[in-house]
Amino acid sequence: MAYLLFALAQSLLVVAQADLLSRVLAGGAPLLPLAAVLAGRAVLLAGQGGVFRWTAARRKEELRHRLLRAGGPAADVTLLGRGLDALDPFYAGYLPQRYAAAVIPLAVLIRLVAADWPSALVIAVTLPLIPVFGALVGWRTREATRRQWGLLHRLGGHFLDVVTGLPTLRAYGRDEAQTEVVRAMADGHRRATVRTLRIAFLSSFVLEVIGTLSVALVAVPAGLRLLDGSIGLRTALLVLLLAPEAYLPLRLLGTRFHAAAEGRAVLDQVAEVLAEPDAPRELVGAEERAGLAAERREPGDPRPPAVSERASAAKERAPAASKRRVARERRVARERTPAAGERALAAAERTSKAVEPAPAVSERRAARIEVTDLVVRYPGAGAPALDDLSLTVEPGERIALSGPSGAGKTTLLRAVLGFVVPESGRILVDGHDLAELDLTAWRRRVAYVPQRPHLFAGTVADNIRLGRPDAEDDAVRAAAEAAAAHAFITALPGGYDAPIGERGLGLSTGQRQRIAIARAYLMDAPIVVLDEPTARLDLAAEAAVADAAARLLDGRTGLLVAHRPALLSIADRVVHLSGREVCV
Amino acid sequence: MRRRVEGWEGLRLAGAVAAGTSAEFCAVALTATAAWLIARAGQHPPLSALALAIVGVRAFALFRGVLRYGERLVGHDAALRVLAGLRVRVYEALRRAADPAEETSPRTPRDADAVQRMVADVESVQDLLLRCLLPASVAWLTGLAAIAVTAVLLPAAGAVLAVGVVLAGGGLPALAALAARADARRAADARADLAVHALDLERGAADLAAFGATRRFTARAEAAAGRLARLERRAGVIEAAVAALGTAVQGATVLAVLWTARRSGADGVLVTVLTLTALASVDAVLPVAEAARRLSEIRPAALRVLDLLRAGGRPRPRRVFVPAPVLRPALDLRGVRVSYVRDGGGSVPALDGVDLCVPAGRKLAVVGASGAGKSTLLGVLTGEVRPAEGVVLLGDAPLGAYEPRDVRATVRGLAQDAHVFNASIRANVTLARPDATDVEAADAARRAGLLGWIETLPEGWDTLAGDARSSGGQRQRLLFARALLADPPVLVLDEPTEGLDLATADRLITDLLTDRRTVVLVTHRLAPLAAADEIVVLDRGRIVQRGTHRALTEVPGPYQDLWAAESRPGTVPAIPRE
Repeated sequence: MAYLLFALAQSLLVVAQADLLSRVLAGGAPLLPLAAVLAGRAVLLAGQGGVFRWTAARRKEELRHRLLRAGGPAADVTLLGRGLDALDPFYAGYLPQRYAAAVIPLAVLIRLVAADWPSALVIAVTLPLIPVFGALVGWRTREATRRQWGLLHRLGGHFLDVVTGLPTLRAYGRDEAQTEVVRAMADGHRRATVRTLRIAFLSSFVLEVIGTLSVALVAVPAGLRLLDGSIGLRTALLVLLLAPEAYLPLRLLGTRFHAAAEGRAVLDQVAEVLAEPDAPRELVGAEERAGLAAERREPGDPRPPAVSERASAAKERAPAASKRRVARERRVARERTPAAGERALAAAERTSKAVEPAPAVSERRAARIEVTDLVVRYPGAGAPALDDLSLTVEPGERIALSGPSGAGKTTLLRAVLGFVVPESGRILVDGHDLAELDLTAWRRRVAYVPQRPHLFAGTVADNIRLGRPDAEDDAVRAAAEAAAAHAFITALPGGYDAPIGERGLGLSTGQRQRIAIARAYLMDAPIVVLDEPTARLDLAAEAAVADAAARLLDGRTGLLVAHRPALLSIADRVVHLSGREVCV
Repeated sequence: MRRRVEGWEGLRLAGAVAAGTSAEFCAVALTATAAWLIARAGQHPPLSALALAIVGVRAFALFRGVLRYGERLVGHDAALRVLAGLRVRVYEALRRAADPAEETSPRTPRDADAVQRMVADVESVQDLLLRCLLPASVAWLTGLAAIAVTAVLLPAAGAVLAVGVVLAGGGLPALAALAARADARRAADARADLAVHALDLERGAADLAAFGATRRFTARAEAAAGRLARLERRAGVIEAAVAALGTAVQGATVLAVLWTARRSGADGVLVTVLTLTALASVDAVLPVAEAARRLSEIRPAALRVLDLLRAGGRPRPRRVFVPAPVLRPALDLRGVRVSYVRDGGGSVPALDGVDLCVPAGRKLAVVGASGAGKSTLLGVLTGEVRPAEGVVLLGDAPLGAYEPRDVRATVRGLAQDAHVFNASIRANVTLARPDATDVEAADAARRAGLLGWIETLPEGWDTLAGDARSSGGQRQRLLFARALLADPPVLVLDEPTEGLDLATADRLITDLLTDRRTVVLVTHRLAPLAAADEIVVLDRGRIVQRGTHRALTEVPGPYQDLWAAESRPGTVPAIPRE
């Protein structure tokens, strides 16, 4: 609505300016009204420009909030930053211009019909040529660009490829020879690009020529009719001044349409990310998934376990195996939240908002965990990560899982925590199916120490308080002491207030593990799930972490993945998961 | 950057500027001629008096489009040529800077994100030319031409127009750049803040869900997004204000020219021509403000590229090297110490007094936890990492006495940061020996367990390695095949079978260890190490155990623990497997 009003106001001022200027030039009318209109145009431009850009920023903010609330892969840093920036030309340029392109030429035509209908006729006939030719050329261009796209993409990506692989090239003594290849590929890229541009620029060429030639087409006859006295000087000047104004909005629309192309693609991407009902995605961090992919050792999995690949990986992730789970997840969502339309937004909160009355679970009690015939398959993977597993953890029992990597140990822990939804089989907690439990309440009874704990941007104390933000300083300190972390924390500059995480101090793997154990300790949950806390540690750190883990497990029910004797000895029972030997 | 634009590229860019200026000038001339045509026609002269103007109007209208098309094409071509040249220079600079023989500190970006940022920096030079320098030059030249023509017609009007053009093409852009630069810094901070919190949500999703903290951390990220949005809205309002100021300057200039022309007693035709010329020529310089705003955005990237070129462009000192090492060389490390500077300050020893001898033909395995110094040790052996203390002998001379390329030809293999190039499988495997025959390549692929897979591919060896739906395992085999085909006197392998299933991995390593060549192998899988001559266990940069697999498994210690963990049979078979 605001767009339409601005377009109307703009068209009035355009017509008024031409009208007044032609009067001034033809007959020496006073300058003041013209000055007022010119000032008015500037003010209007400031107003509408400010509103358009403000709206664009507002839209970006809304989308950022939705992406952040969806969490997980949707909180993609590139998409949130540079990606959404591409929306500016869309919201502040293309969208308002659609109104301007519809209203202004019409206003100009109406004024010209009143002043000099033959000129209006010429414009009315030539004006539609712009969208028609624009569409025709655009269609041709798209074809050509599409055909060239693969080549352009490959040639353009070559430099990045070579620079990334420079250490490898150097190791094999091929780095010097590559200089020529870099030159050749860059040259090939240029040639291919210019070939495409030759066609792509035709579009604006045609539009510009139609625009300018039409002005000539209007101005010359106007001059001739002025000569034989059939129109007056003021009218002829008005025609000259108004004619270009009729074509300009349409040409701008074409330019802005192209400038907004990336923005439209980003909107599609956002919609896709938000609509993706892939159930566990909001729960599985990208880093974790990369780790899983590496552990699973799936020969058929086309996705490299690289975090940077996740945008494209997200698109590939919808094969048959996951569909069933997705369907079930949808059903659950519909039952729990009536407003299924906002499903994507609710995704992050879904598990924590069980509207349906969940079976009562007592907060501070251990539980009997029964795993029966459990099969878990990751989307896109051929073989299941867990195949038909049954296992029972009695309250107070500590069970260690061992076995080669790829056997599904981590997957079992994730299933117990509700991060992955089984393909078949069940997990019963005190006889209640986990799928029907309130997951937030269940997780409150479980302390989790993952294989690669994430350190959040904040202080050491903040990180330990993750599960209990209101914990007293003394409690934080006690937890750190139990996790054998107190000594190294106090040695950090700033102690418990030292910043860690993305922009903070770097901690060693063992130190990170101990922070994670302190986290779990502070939560004081009756059940503890530990995922190989001593993997990749040096020997001294391993001893410290193993001791800390032992203290954490003392008096609690535990499910832990462990390989080393130090940890295995804590367990009451060791369950060996034999790996599926995958051969190609 | 201007210094980097030279020769033909410079001429081409000048050509683009000329075409662009002519196009813009045609636009101004079209307006001026049409104005003259109408105003003169109002005086009812004979038709012949208008003939030239009629031709002019039509010609300017046509030429404008053609010239503009030419400008864009030539401009893009020239900018891409500059970019191509720049890529070569940057590549050369990186290549030289990363050479450990150079005294300059390694400037090659390490992680993938940094590499991507750097490549984007180089690419931004294209924007610098096409969206800043080219349009600004065209606008200024057109403005100057218009001022000159106006001044010839009526000097006073020329002076007035000059003021308008300088304001619109100089003052406003300076204002826009200033506002953009001040805001850009704050916006960059807000962006970095948002990125950190988003990263927490993305990578820490499982931790947050497990500890019930998702909502709290989402709120934190949303607050950062809110701060950024406030800055963006402000920047938008400022941008709009600058654009409006441009229109205001245009209007004022038109009025001032009109008023000046009238006061100086010019006739109606001249007044009309001057007024409309002023309107069109200020219009031509308005894009400079946008170019300036962009320039202040691109500048940091362009400066980073310049820095990079400068760092790599230093002349290297000439050195005399010992001739290439003997046929079957031995490596000898004595008291080697390496330390890295840690993020939080202070330095951490990566290798802390390592003595190690690798005679020709020896099969040495290195095991230990992550961070124990295994990869650093391999780096020292290949000459990539210079020890702070101690010596590394290759044959009889220290490593530094040889030409680096000779060292790399002698001691090399599979590094952890090995890269699979976006090229055919053949090109990737034969990287070290592009002249290898198909039989040799196939042999290496067979030994790496890759050949079977290649033969199932429809395009076989010509399949693009990036396109081939290859898994981590196939990637690893490809790298392994590459190292085997390179066939250096000393083969150095860092976790060569990571990502392979255990049976295949064990078979490959056993094959390798029963070969005749010298092998240094870093691994975490102990089962096939029975075939190794010697195993060293690293912990915190020190060798804590050494001996054969058999000897080490018999004495209590870290190796025995590791072995026990790896070979522990299942006490309760949980899953029946086929």
